Amino acid sequence: MKNETLAFIYSGRQQRRRRFAAVTILLGLLTAGLCCAMLLLGNTLYPVATVIEALRGETIKGATFAVKTIRLPRMCAGLFAGFSFGIAGSVFQTMLRNPLANPNIIGITSGSSAGAVFCIVLLHTNAATVYFASIASGLAAALVMFLLVNGGKFSNARLILVGIGVQAMLSAVVNYVLLKGSERDIPTAMRWLSGSLNGTWMTELYPLFIGVWTLTPVVLIYTKRLSMLELGEEAAATMGVNTSKTRAALMIGAVLLSSMATAATGPIAFVSFLAGPIAKRLVGYGNTNPLPAGLFGAALTLAADLLGQFAFETRFPVGVITGLLGAPYLILLLIRMNRTGAF
Amino acid sequence: MSKSGFNGGERDVPLLPKRLAPVLFAFLLLLLFSVAASLSLGSRTSSLQELKDGLFHPAINTYGANVVRKRISRTVFSLCVGSALGVSGSLMQAVTRNPIADPSILGVNTGAALFVVCGIAFFQITTALQYIGAALAGAMITAVFVYGVGSMGRGGATPIKLALAGAATSAALSSAVSAILLPRSYVMDQYRFWQVGSVGSATWAGVAAFLPFLAIGLLIAVFSSAALNALALGDEAATGLGVRTGLLRLVSAFGGVLLCAATTALAGPIGFIGLLAPHVTRLFLGADLRYTIPASALSGAVFLTIADVIGRLLTYPGELEVGIVTAFVGAPVLILAARRAKVCT
Repeated sequence: MKNETLAFIYSGRQQRRRRFAAVTILLGLLTAGLCCAMLLLGNTLYPVATVIEALRGETIKGATFAVKTIRLPRMCAGLFAGFSFGIAGSVFQTMLRNPLANPNIIGITSGSSAGAVFCIVLLHTNAATVYFASIASGLAAALVMFLLVNGGKFSNARLILVGIGVQAMLSAVVNYVLLKGSERDIPTAMRWLSGSLNGTWMTELYPLFIGVWTLTPVVLIYTKRLSMLELGEEAAATMGVNTSKTRAALMIGAVLLSSMATAATGPIAFVSFLAGPIAKRLVGYGNTNPLPAGLFGAALTLAADLLGQFAFETRFPVGVITGLLGAPYLILLLIRMNRTGAF
Repeated sequence: MSKSGFNGGERDVPLLPKRLAPVLFAFLLLLLFSVAASLSLGSRTSSLQELKDGLFHPAINTYGANVVRKRISRTVFSLCVGSALGVSGSLMQAVTRNPIADPSILGVNTGAALFVVCGIAFFQITTALQYIGAALAGAMITAVFVYGVGSMGRGGATPIKLALAGAATSAALSSAVSAILLPRSYVMDQYRFWQVGSVGSATWAGVAAFLPFLAIGLLIAVFSSAALNALALGDEAATGLGVRTGLLRLVSAFGGVLLCAATTALAGPIGFIGLLAPHVTRLFLGADLRYTIPASALSGAVFLTIADVIGRLLTYPGELEVGIVTAFVGAPVLILAARRAKVCT
């Protein structure tokens, strides 16, 4: 009897593991496919062999410029930023136990974009300073929020309300800067309203690469504790999780990831919000590993950018496409959450 | 007098808030002060003499007097807009029985913005009345939608559900706004200045277009305030007191949305005055809406005018748009309200 139960649990666990692996691999393959599409498609269609040769460093007239200077940075920006947004969003959603709580809604991306816009439009600094300012202001926004929220017992509702307030102030900063900026800076700065992969330089992306490669392992290590944190503050503490330390580590990791990504591409709407719930649905509930969410975020960003580039007469930046895709889902989710009484 | 108002069921004297007279006096004094400041301060500071010349001696045609005259329409407009926002916030808070209801938090402003942008891009709207019409339609639809989504499920429209529904809808609508704007740079140029919220470009024509809406909204507010007091006790109690709650909600929500839509159409989205004014007023006058609604009109007008003056002084000799100033002053108030445990269920 006992053995049967154990065997049942064991096989269920095996099944869930297999499903997780299958979904993750499939999402990885999808992302890789979209990356190839990003490199191959464009104003001029080069044969696959030419693209590969150009990537290897051979100089081919036209193709080298198109592939290495325009398409490759664009692809990398989409891939890494989407991945970061996905991971960060998933971590926040699991930690706050609320699918709506993501860096966008609680003001962290606004913090990053306010810092970045300020440096670009008013101070005309170089890319490194923009990164630094963007990350610093994202962290500062997060810090201010948590100082404000922690006056008493930690409460999700309070966090979200305070976040909305902080966000309102920060978007006032962005609006102000856009208003004072000269006409010539506006296209660059518009990126900070909706997010875009246009005109990215490879050198601007290096901090993001480093960030993703170093922070993702940290976040993944804390994943196990995250799944216990999902049971609730008290339950996790009972099981021996140092809740405040776990929360702090994950929070810092997620904030860094999302503000680095914001510094590179601007706040791409809804990626951090969509990736988590959809990945969770694909993988099955009870699994808090943010890796599928990151992959889904990357795939979503790349697909939306391809749509934005080629599906319409005018080229839309990726943030507008993800915004239009994400909005109906958000509303649906809200309606469902309220029906089931999530609050 | 006020303490002995309830006497064996006889209530011949209405209960007056304790500090009504001094508070009203203080508000009026502040109003006078803010008007004087708005008329005389700016990139060129006017002297008292110029102020007198500009206001009372139409024959005198000096440069300083004309500067003051130019500022009159702006001041009147900011007073109108401020009082509209204050009353609109009071109404929305009363109807939703929710301390954080405000046009900007509920996403109503973004709805109005979307429709105005659609109007500019697809229907070539230009006149103030057309702007108001478009903004009103957008604001109404968004308000109904946000309230509908926010009040589903257990507990009705709690602050957190409403705020999230508002923020989410706002995010969704603003990506639609950017999708419409990006391919059309001429609309973008108009929109960039409109979206901040400013009273700087006020004209008498704008004031004239605004006044009827302000009047209708204020009338609705004043006449529904007694019934809204009953609504504060809960739907059952209000019905028991003879209030038709459905009709009351409909009419007073219409008044609130009308006021903020007209404001958004003409001045752009100005946040947080609708949150700030009623809260500050309640602090002094208590919860009786028959007094707080008119007083919120006063305090809203004072806040907006002072915010406009601050905006002019902060970035002297240029100016900071009033919507930016109010976001910076108002958002901390939202944060304070959120920190109070009562908001967070």
